[in-house]
Amino acid sequence: MRILRTSFSAALLGGALAASLAGCASGAPEPSNGSATGQLSGTVTVFAAASLKSTFTQLAKDFEAKNPGTKVTLSFAGSSDLVTQITQGAPADVFASADTKSMTKLAEAKLVDGTATDFATNVLEIAVPPSNPASISSFADLAKPEVKVVTCASQVPCGTATDTVEKATGIPLSPVSEESSVTDVLGKVTSGEADAGLVYVTDVKGAGDKVKGIPFPESDKAVNTYPIATVGTGKNKELAAAFIAAVTGEAGKKVLSDAGFGTP
Amino acid sequence: MNRRSTFGYHGVPRWVYAVAAVGGMLVVLPLVAMVAKVNWPQFIPLITSEPSLAALGLSLRTSAASTLLCVVLGVPLALVLARGEFPGQRLLRAFVLLPLVLPPVVGGIALLYTFGRQGLLGKSLEVAGIQIAFSTTAVILAQTFVALPFLVVSLEGALRSAGNRYEAVAATLGARPTTVLRRVTLPLVLPGLASGAVLSFARSLGEFGATLTFAGSLEGVTRTLPLEIYLQRETDPDAAVALSLVLVAVAVAVVGLSYGRRRGSAASGGQA
Repeated sequence: MRILRTSFSAALLGGALAASLAGCASGAPEPSNGSATGQLSGTVTVFAAASLKSTFTQLAKDFEAKNPGTKVTLSFAGSSDLVTQITQGAPADVFASADTKSMTKLAEAKLVDGTATDFATNVLEIAVPPSNPASISSFADLAKPEVKVVTCASQVPCGTATDTVEKATGIPLSPVSEESSVTDVLGKVTSGEADAGLVYVTDVKGAGDKVKGIPFPESDKAVNTYPIATVGTGKNKELAAAFIAAVTGEAGKKVLSDAGFGTP
Repeated sequence: MNRRSTFGYHGVPRWVYAVAAVGGMLVVLPLVAMVAKVNWPQFIPLITSEPSLAALGLSLRTSAASTLLCVVLGVPLALVLARGEFPGQRLLRAFVLLPLVLPPVVGGIALLYTFGRQGLLGKSLEVAGIQIAFSTTAVILAQTFVALPFLVVSLEGALRSAGNRYEAVAATLGARPTTVLRRVTLPLVLPGLASGAVLSFARSLGEFGATLTFAGSLEGVTRTLPLEIYLQRETDPDAAVALSLVLVAVAVAVVGLSYGRRRGSAASGGQA
């Protein structure tokens, strides 16, 4: 009993070590009897950056409606996480990244078919609580000592963009927190903990009336480009190419621009 | 007394050992895989870089503080749960144990709505000039929240198995309740208290979700070792693995310490 109890407490400790694997259904065996027509069928697995969640969910639905018999499986996470998952063998057919750096990393691992296509851009915007308690109206306001501003850490793409803007404007910020993802920054603003946060335009739009966006002209110093590509180890290349065409096509552009993305 | 030697019968079918081995491997193998991935030539520079040391120092300081807080708050809690009798006792126990099974993120959100600027207590604290959000205090609160049940569970168990015979004798000899607590009860359960404190320390050291949600992440202020690992993973997997190994080493030491203590106390204390 004694030993049992001790190993129970040890087991509790170990509980933190839960590995999260990308649980993606691989090619559902649909009865694809439409052989001669060359019609698209089967499942395409799309790994997309977290900031693409709402747009890609919409695009996938549209794609499935337009191509009956196809299924789009989506997996969202930070771009660098997705690259790690794909290089470790996660079954992805399409990779859509929130920065060129992650796409380059995947290409260096020889896992990109052909070349990546840039399909969207995103810039930073200041997000403040709806009441704007610190009366922020410009980027320079963020540097005021009494303002609690939250940014992304330099290690993640939104943080790199923040650094670039700080350098370009010559206005250094002293954030109260440097978060590891843009959603964490947004969370600190929507909960009212922070007076302001630097997030993407699309995040502000996606948050609705929970935050107020304050665009600033210096944001064009750091434009983030989103590339998309077919993954080399993908199983359904034909469908992958069709999905990418849908994203980069007119209908796709409309969905993306409605969400606040720019065109490259 | 060791029960096993009394009966001389093990009664564990062989196949149970086979499944147990798989279970053991499930825990051990990932750790081995991580050790194999460590960039040994760079190991020392990686774990002694400035952000790493800042994170390690902060983790040790905050964990020590929250362990202290756990002892201060957890001992009375364990005492009333084990010895007291009052309505709602079972409900209180259930609630105190809740953070054990609650996802830490949920704990973080709950803390945010309590101590945050717009929170239940946070608003009044802000008026009083105390700001908890984005401070080291927030980290300590988050760690205490998740670690407290470990201390309470350990100590309550120790209190129950120790029984209250000695306390009753001390009381009949004229000792006041506080004297009994100080001179009899606490010395009796000291091993249980120690292992509970060690487990709380370990849990505090590993706290991630609640801290990330509630306290934020700033070097030297709120970015503890697990948060640093999570961030380094983005750009420098080698540093993340090296720092993970440091945490594993500390966890192994802590569990070893706790295990050793329990065995020692059991041998000398002679629990019935």
